[in-house]
Amino acid sequence: MAWVDKVQVMDEDGMKRAMTRIAHEILERNRGTENLALVGIHTRGVPLARRLAEQIRHIEGADVPVGVLDITLYRDDLTTIAHQPVVRRTEIPFDVTEKTVVLVDDVLYTGRTARAALDALIDLGRPARIQLAVLVDRGHRELPIRADFVGRNLPSARHEIVSVRLVETDGVDAVVIQVKEEDL
Amino acid sequence: MNPSPRRREHLIGLRGMPKECIERILDTAAETKQIFGRAVKKLPTLRGQVMVNLFYEPSTRTRTSFELAGKWMSADVVNVTVSASSVVKGESLIETAQTIAALGADIVVVRHPAAGVPRLLSRVIDASVINAGDGMHEHPTQALLDLFTIREAKGTVRGLHVVLVGDILHSRVARSNIWGLLTMGARVTVVGPPTLIPPGLESLGVRVRFDLDAVLPEADVVNMLRIQRERQKDGLLPDVREYRAFFALTEERLRLLRPDALILHPGPANLGVEIVPQVLDDPRARIHEQVTNGVAVRMAVLYMLTGGGGRGVAA
Repeated sequence: MAWVDKVQVMDEDGMKRAMTRIAHEILERNRGTENLALVGIHTRGVPLARRLAEQIRHIEGADVPVGVLDITLYRDDLTTIAHQPVVRRTEIPFDVTEKTVVLVDDVLYTGRTARAALDALIDLGRPARIQLAVLVDRGHRELPIRADFVGRNLPSARHEIVSVRLVETDGVDAVVIQVKEEDL
Repeated sequence: MNPSPRRREHLIGLRGMPKECIERILDTAAETKQIFGRAVKKLPTLRGQVMVNLFYEPSTRTRTSFELAGKWMSADVVNVTVSASSVVKGESLIETAQTIAALGADIVVVRHPAAGVPRLLSRVIDASVINAGDGMHEHPTQALLDLFTIREAKGTVRGLHVVLVGDILHSRVARSNIWGLLTMGARVTVVGPPTLIPPGLESLGVRVRFDLDAVLPEADVVNMLRIQRERQKDGLLPDVREYRAFFALTEERLRLLRPDALILHPGPANLGVEIVPQVLDDPRARIHEQVTNGVAVRMAVLYMLTGGGGRGVAA
């Protein structure tokens, strides 16, 4: 069964504006870059975190450390996945203790990925606080989790897929809603 | 109430295991190894799963390594060391294993003096079976940790010249290593007394040599197998002094080894038999690193076996 694009809800410019706004909001909320760190969640949270760091450097002239988090070993649905997902690199080249860590992901949906990321991060140390930045919040939460910074709130139906595409991973910047072919 | 039976994956041996599968285990182990540097040495991956170490042979190292790997991944670990007691009571292997499975074991790690026991268990119990050494057959996690240690130090296994020294005939470590090394594209040479080299190795592409001094200068890795005295009852081993004269890694032989070579030993070493104590302090020795890597590799195997169709670790 094939998934097909139904509608594009964000293009390159829209994504750029959303990321710039999130960068400003992170700086405003945290009063600058002191003790600030960004951690991208595999896969697409990683380039998004790097982009935010780039924006922050542009705005503030300061470098913010960027880490990479793989949450595979923290998922709560391993036994329901047909094939074991590949465990990828977790690289946090700084001590998270006493830092304000902004977790970055592309889509916030059920909240289970964010829950796993919180556990994974807390096992690495004791951050002063953790915030969550997502490009798209599509609703349908199954856990009491909300994002601190949201690029776009996108009401969606459960039978749809919200596909975030990035130049770094997919060759293009876009957010697209997909549906099954027969539902189109 | 009856959940549909899951298809269980097992790790019985490296023979026939595809290269991609070995590589994936090693890649995963590179990640699980990071736990050694972490504040909290605990991953929730196997939470709620029961892992039983069923050991019919004494073993401290391998059992401890599996136990730690299971615990760090949050499994509930039970050690069952089957001494003579159950055997004396007349309980058969299969009965013991079925009892353990009935207690809810999801993973059974088994070591047994008879080859084929892990395979047999994998057919009769509903749990993932991991071979922790069966007779003279295989010891796959030991070979995987050796491969991991080599790859970590050298960047790759392909093209390296790996020399296995000692009692090849009785060694399950050697067997698993040979399968894994050949699959990964290494050149393999075995060296030992002619009585302790099994026939037919050449047909697999393994070189057989009897002169260690001639082989050492061209080795990238030398893996000094343990002389298992408990397995030397047939008079195949010359006496220990003679063995030492020809096949031990001595101080003189350390000088024949290239500066960038690696020295491995599966432990526990018989110091003064297959290696001299000075080997442990040699900068080329990775013997302690092997212990650390053993936990990481076993964590990776546990992860890959326990999530549905891990696929491929079934060899």
